[in-house]
This record gives sequence, C-alpha cells and structure tokens, in this order.
Amino acid sequence: MPNRIVSSIQNIGHRVIESVWRLGVASRFFILVLLKSGTSLRRFNLVIRELYFTGVLSLIIIVVSGLFVGMVLGLQGYETLQKYGSESAVGTLVALSLVRELGPVVAALLFASRAGSAITAEIGLMKATEQLAAMGMMAVDPIARVVAPRFWAGVISMPFLAAIFSVMGVFGGYLVTVVFIGVDEGSFWSQMQSAVDFRFDILNGFIKSCFFGVAVTAIAVFEGYDAPPTAEGVSGATTRTVVTSSLVILGLDFILTAFMFRGVS
Amino acid sequence: MTAETLIEVNDLNFSYGARAILKGIQMSMPRGQVVAIMGGSGSGKTTLLKLIGGTIQPTSGYVKFAGEVVHELNRDALFKLRRKMGMLFQFGALFTDLSVFDNVAFQMREHTNLPESMIRDLVLMKLHAVGLRGAHHLMPNELSGGMARRVALARSIALDPMLIMYDEPFTGLDPISLSVIGNLIRRLTDALGMTSIVVTHDVQESLKIVDYVYFIADGVIAAEGTPKEVRESIAPFVHQFVHGEEDGPVPFHYPAQTYKKDLNLEDNFA
Repeated sequence: MPNRIVSSIQNIGHRVIESVWRLGVASRFFILVLLKSGTSLRRFNLVIRELYFTGVLSLIIIVVSGLFVGMVLGLQGYETLQKYGSESAVGTLVALSLVRELGPVVAALLFASRAGSAITAEIGLMKATEQLAAMGMMAVDPIARVVAPRFWAGVISMPFLAAIFSVMGVFGGYLVTVVFIGVDEGSFWSQMQSAVDFRFDILNGFIKSCFFGVAVTAIAVFEGYDAPPTAEGVSGATTRTVVTSSLVILGLDFILTAFMFRGVS
Repeated sequence: MTAETLIEVNDLNFSYGARAILKGIQMSMPRGQVVAIMGGSGSGKTTLLKLIGGTIQPTSGYVKFAGEVVHELNRDALFKLRRKMGMLFQFGALFTDLSVFDNVAFQMREHTNLPESMIRDLVLMKLHAVGLRGAHHLMPNELSGGMARRVALARSIALDPMLIMYDEPFTGLDPISLSVIGNLIRRLTDALGMTSIVVTHDVQESLKIVDYVYFIADGVIAAEGTPKEVRESIAPFVHQFVHGEEDGPVPFHYPAQTYKKDLNLEDNFA
C-alpha cells in the first residue's frame, strides 16, 4: 500500500515537472521564432502566402458565425428590453457585447479551431515526412522559413478577423431587430453611436484580439514543431492546439478584461 | 585507396543516453566514389549519416568533411558546409506545398541571387538529368514513389554538392524504378565528380553500382571491401547478409529468456 502511495506521488511530481519543462521549451521556442523573424520581414511574400491560408480561408466561418451571433443577440436583447420599453437600446447591447467580448473571444476560438489546428497539422506532417529535416540539411533554417511566416500571418490576421466578426454581428443584430422586428432604425444607430466609446470599447477589443492572435498562433506553431513524427503524434498535437488555445483565450480574456475595464462605468 | 579523401571518420562513438549506437567507427571515403553502408535495421546506419551532416553530435571521435571537423563548426559554418552536401531522404521528403519545379529551385532561390530566367534553365537541366523535365509542373502528390525520389535527387544536386548521402534510396520501389535510381546514382556521381554514400540494405542492387562497401552490425564495422571481395567473402556475417540467410551471426530471435520459461513449462514440469 505505501508503495502505491509513493508511486502515485511520484507520478504527480513527474507530471508537474514535465509540464514546467514543456512550458520552458515552449517559451524558448517562442523567443527563437521572434529572433528568427528577420527572413519573414525581409521576404514578406512568404507571410502574404500564409495570410491567405490562415486569414482569407478563415473568413467564411468568421463571417457566418458573426452574423448568427449578432442575430441571436438582437433577438434575445429585444425580448428582454421590450419588457421595459427600451427596445431601442438593443443596438447598444449588440455592439458593446460584440466589440468588448464576443468579437475578440469567439473569433479567436473559431480561429484556433480553423487555422490553429491547420497550422499544427501542417507543420507536424512536414516534420513527420522529414521535410523539416530536409530543409535543415539544405542549410535553410525551418524556424525562419516555415514557422515564423505562419506565426506572423496568424498574428496579423487575428485582429482583422475579430473586427470582421464584430461588424457582421452588428449587421446581424440590425437585420433581426430593425429589418424583421421593426425597431426604429434611427434610435438603433444613434444609441449605439453614443454608447460605444472608441478608446474603451473598440481599442480594448482590438488589443484583446492581438493578444489572442499571438497566443493561438504561438501555441499552434509550437505544437506542430514539437509533435512526435507519427500519425498519433500529429493528431494529438492538433487536439492539444485547440484545447490549450481555447483555455488560454478564456483565461487571458478574464485577465485583460480585469485590467481594461477597471473603474469604467 | 589512393585518391584524395573527402570524408574521414575517426573512432566515432555515439550513444542515446546509455545505449551505444556507434562504437569506434573508422572510415575513409575518397572523392568520386560511391560507397555503400549496409547493415540490418537499427544498426546505426542512418545515425552515421546524421553525424556526417552534423544534425547530431558524436559522443567522442570525429567526422572530417573536406578537411573540417563537422561537430566543431558553429551554426553558420555548419550551414555553409551543408551547402556542399546533398541528402536524399528515404521517401524523398519533397515539400508538399511546392511544385516539382519549385522544389528543385528551392535551394537556388534560398542561397543564390541568380535571376529567375537562369534558375529556370538550371532547374530544367537538373530535371532533365533525372528524366523528369516533362513533369516540372506537377505537384508532389501527383508523382509515383520512384518519380518522387528522382525529383528529390534532382533537388539534392541543385547546387552541385561535393557529397550526396542517400538514406535507403531503394526502399519500396518496383524493379524498374529501383534500377533507374541505382543507375542515376552511379551516373551522376561520375558525371558531376561527386562522392556518394548510399545507406541501404538492398544488397544485390547496390553491389552493382558501388565502389566500396562497409557493413555495420551492432555499432561496429563488421566487414568492408570492394563488391567483388564482398561477394566472395566467407566471413559468416557478410555471407549471411549478402545471401539473405535467416539465421547466423545475426540471430533470428530477439534476445529472450528461454522458451520453456516464457511458456511457464519449467515450473510445472521440471
């Protein structure tokens, strides 16, 4: 019996050490990516190519989800607000929820599952099929040539995707409340305009999405580069990318919100 | 061997943790020859290639390539050295997101400032040498295994290296592709004045094209010689390997406790 206790304590210790060690490896890898980003900046067409795969190809899911989230928000908001006779404030509700929270967060979650998983799988498979090793043997650094352009493409696309998500959401809310239900169009827009602050709401939402972009893409490229070069290894890494990034997005969102909206009424 | 030595391997040892993979390897490879390194799976052949390419560090001993000790070079010098080497990976390792043309052009674009028109001519010449000029527009997933390896071969000779290392170039090929690759290795080595190291366990095909053979078993060089010497060798290991016999110095069974004990027969019936 004591043996079992000792071995389970050892097991816990082993796991903790393993996780801390992995975090260290990931941080070192992240710094390496930043240090080796020179090639991506000098040859920006490498990043543009990846922008297409991570950003442009994510557009459809972002646009459609944004539209529906905005429509649901409009519908729910209207149901509640009309009880108090303030249905014209529904535009404010939709816009604030989107630019402050839902835009950056939901867009980042979608981005992690659409583009993050693809980045991990692609880099992982390149490793499994020895393409990264072959590149190294050709005296080309795979971190500079393969990883860094994908990282920067993700970092650049994320704020744009979040902004597009919010715009589509506001449009969805408008469609449901003004066009279908018949809320007054003038008050819908004017209340939104007076309630949404550029500095506190839009800028903070933008900053959030930048943080999320860095976090999701850094996790995705690390998991891909670190994946064991087997089928299970790559599939495990892809799953970890989605799970870890989702948790990191939600955790980061709480921390950032706590800092950003302190004392804002 | 009288010709100038390109690669010198001296008392090379390598281990993963406590497990010794290579134990005191001694080799000398002259320029312009095709040298085969043979041995069973897991005997450390690929590890040896990695040590020559400098992707791993030896535990002791050294590899000297064109007069430079590989593991003592810093990163920049090592990358410079690697431009003089080409490596053909087991399944080609073509970049799947680039076309055949762009794969072959990859190193030229990364390492040189040649104008695109010259790159085009050079790429077509390299592809012509492996007989695939007409396939320059295809993507790697449209190629057969043999074609992919020929493209990878064209890619590895892109910058006219001094050395090409082939990691199991014959694995999984049909007989025609197999002899095409074999002949290409020989012809390109002679035509371009390179040196080739072929890691393989395909005895019959490689003995046709190589100048010298090393056999590695359990991390040491078990035998070496010219193809003629190897064919006629009566050393038990070489004989077993060349003739593909099931049992011999390399046992059929993985080390285990006695068969009876494993089946619990000794306890009950002894």
